[in-house]
Amino acid sequence: MSNDIRIKNGLTINLKGAAKNIVKNAPYPKSISLNPSDFHLIIPKMVVKIDQKINIGDVIFYSKKDERIKFCSPVDGTIREIVRGAKRKIIEIIIDVDKNQKNVEPKIIDFEILNEKEIKNFILNSGCWPFIKQRPYDIIANPSDKPKSIFVSTFNSAPISADFQIILDDQKEEFKTGLKVLSKLTDGEINICVKKDIPTFINKINNIKVHFVSGPHPSGNVGVQIHHINPINQGERVWILGPEDVAILGRLFLKGTYNPIRTLAISGAPVKNPQYYKTIVGSELSEIINDAGIDLNDSLRIINGDVLSGVKVEPDNYIGFYNNTVSVLREGNNYRMFGWVPFINNEVPSIYKTSFSWLFPNKKYDLDTNLNGEERAFVVTGEMEKVFPMDIFPMQLLKECMVGNIDKMENLGIYEVAPEDFSLIDYSSSSKIEAQYIIRKGLDLMIEEVG
Amino acid sequence: MNIRKTIDKLKKPFNKGEKWERLAPAFNALDTFLFVPKHTTKYGAHIRDAVDLKRTMITVIIALLPALFYGIYNTGYQYYSQLDLEYNTLDLFIHGSLKIVPMIAVSYIVGLAIEFAFAVFRGHEVNEGYLVTGLLIPMIMPVDIPLWMVGLSVAFAVIIGKEAFGGTGMNILNPALTARAFAFFAYPTYMSGNQVWVSEASNIDGVSGETILGVLASGESSLNYDPLQMFMGSIPGSIAETSTLMVIIGAFILIYTGVGSWRIMVSGVIGAAIMGLLFNLWGANELMSFSWINQMMVGGFAFGIVFMATDPVSATQTVKGKWIYGFLIGIFCILIRVFNPAYPEGVMLAILLMNVFAPTIDHYVIEANIKRRKKRMIKTALNIA
Repeated sequence: MSNDIRIKNGLTINLKGAAKNIVKNAPYPKSISLNPSDFHLIIPKMVVKIDQKINIGDVIFYSKKDERIKFCSPVDGTIREIVRGAKRKIIEIIIDVDKNQKNVEPKIIDFEILNEKEIKNFILNSGCWPFIKQRPYDIIANPSDKPKSIFVSTFNSAPISADFQIILDDQKEEFKTGLKVLSKLTDGEINICVKKDIPTFINKINNIKVHFVSGPHPSGNVGVQIHHINPINQGERVWILGPEDVAILGRLFLKGTYNPIRTLAISGAPVKNPQYYKTIVGSELSEIINDAGIDLNDSLRIINGDVLSGVKVEPDNYIGFYNNTVSVLREGNNYRMFGWVPFINNEVPSIYKTSFSWLFPNKKYDLDTNLNGEERAFVVTGEMEKVFPMDIFPMQLLKECMVGNIDKMENLGIYEVAPEDFSLIDYSSSSKIEAQYIIRKGLDLMIEEVG
Repeated sequence: MNIRKTIDKLKKPFNKGEKWERLAPAFNALDTFLFVPKHTTKYGAHIRDAVDLKRTMITVIIALLPALFYGIYNTGYQYYSQLDLEYNTLDLFIHGSLKIVPMIAVSYIVGLAIEFAFAVFRGHEVNEGYLVTGLLIPMIMPVDIPLWMVGLSVAFAVIIGKEAFGGTGMNILNPALTARAFAFFAYPTYMSGNQVWVSEASNIDGVSGETILGVLASGESSLNYDPLQMFMGSIPGSIAETSTLMVIIGAFILIYTGVGSWRIMVSGVIGAAIMGLLFNLWGANELMSFSWINQMMVGGFAFGIVFMATDPVSATQTVKGKWIYGFLIGIFCILIRVFNPAYPEGVMLAILLMNVFAPTIDHYVIEANIKRRKKRMIKTALNIA
């Protein structure tokens, strides 16, 4: 069974430096980190101490609010450091990786004979649960919930982001197994969204609903797909996973261990060899970006995630828990004389035809991180709707989020959106409104007040 | 980057913790006029579109320039031709410039001074909205209005029409039309009648500087102008409103760059055309039987619907709302013209009226969306049950 979905409103931003179709095995990381800021609103309760020896799958910390949600070590190693910030808030846990990883005998877990509760417990105890996120709110799923359906978007539409066709190429069995496991967790449908007209192995999997999606970014955003397929109403829960995270879940049941392999696309114009690397979730970035070829003397910004919704990191930091892309951009901390005059600085494209960029729809750009202006009041109307393909009024919703009017936010569809769906509004706003930030604050308010 | 270094040096006393820190918004406004600042993205998307409010506003100004230049020309033309004086093209532009440039200067000086003062007082950056408003205000005034009236109207529009509501982006009414409405009701003798539309008309006898709508409203049918003149704009009227051709060029720029809402413009024209046609069929007086095409070419309709009604802050904000809003402006404009001869030009009042109703229109458009969402929820709940 399949369906076609056409996204009309949106924007394709052509950037230079997309990762080439080469997958390299990254050197085994010397250290890895777990960064609680990857897990929105999770307050970690530490289980381990500094210098403690740990094995693969050992619990590092669990969620203070829900002790069932555990965060585990993906390697054998030693806790090097627990970085704390103000009020002793845990910022990062760094683990030195043992050179010799113990061999663990693979054992297949027959999930067909397990019931829903047993499967859930197995996932929770393995450390795989944090890969299951929920909408609304875009946070880690609550294990007590029964989701209305589960969604997996198998393609990225953000500029120079990872291509899951390449990533899943050698993980097909794991991916299929992961889907089968997931189907045990919901009475609803498993919805997989694939890019239209791209041949894929996915539509040959049984018992899932495949949707063929076409159109510009954000057509690959799972939130947009949910909105068009089976929108979330108040009180409902939908679970979402990244495609490689489904494969990690599948591997858990095929091999019996937590083995979060992360295939990472290093992309961006300043990268000499933009390509894919196979490594482990939370690995250190430095060796990988050195291998891909980045001149650290340049003023560069490294981003865990895509250029529209990722998180800024330093070169000596670690890759995040969820991202399949690490993007690199030039920092744009330079002045441009009279750069605001129309048709000046045409190297920066615009959704308005006030730059000659529209003459070259296929040209690829090398954009930097300059804000190209300053933040102003809401003035221009209609521009947000152009890049927001949902039956929701984005500007009105943003305004209600800013004033924290819960009733109105609910009415205007706050449950259906995630910050990443507003990333193109960030990008294209002429008043430089920080829409993702506002929506995240709005969602946090809803969690606090409504739950 | 020597200029940059000089500016950075000059900027020092305005930085945080220095003595002129409070005046920073004023300095920043000038600084960012010269240079796009080196701010980089801090939250959210790491790359940004080239467009900012400065670029949007300057695009509107570029779209206004054809009408402005023609207005300068026509001011001279009306003066010389009505007085039967010898002239060449240069004379026309010189006469027009002498009249209009001082008005623009007064408008910008008074308006920007108030904007800067509010920015410093409130501690926010100067918004660019006034760049357009400041040019629009003189463009929609009669040519002979005293400069102090321009200044006073500007002050009223900026303080009462805009800053009282919270500044740029918060105002209910279009500030430029607020200025005109203020002058219109405070100094009616300078704003309407037969003798204000051609420069010096009030001082020299024998000039009949009536606007076409004024002639029609007084019940006369003998028009001295043919439709081509109405389209080209060599007729008396407010400074820059007369030339439909120049306004259409401006509209083209706005629509093409995507800065102005084509929905409002198109629906406005449809509304005015329908109303004009209906009155043509009725035909009870001169204004009613005035051809619907000509209705749209005379007076300020074209200028208003292209440059005033599309002001994003005071217009409706939703797509459906824009269709309704523009359509109603078209209808009301012709309605006011025909039924209220005291106000032969209806577009100003039509737009101000719809400015007031814009939030209401949006409210119902948004309510429909909310209802749809609630219905969906009930439907899902029923399916499960």
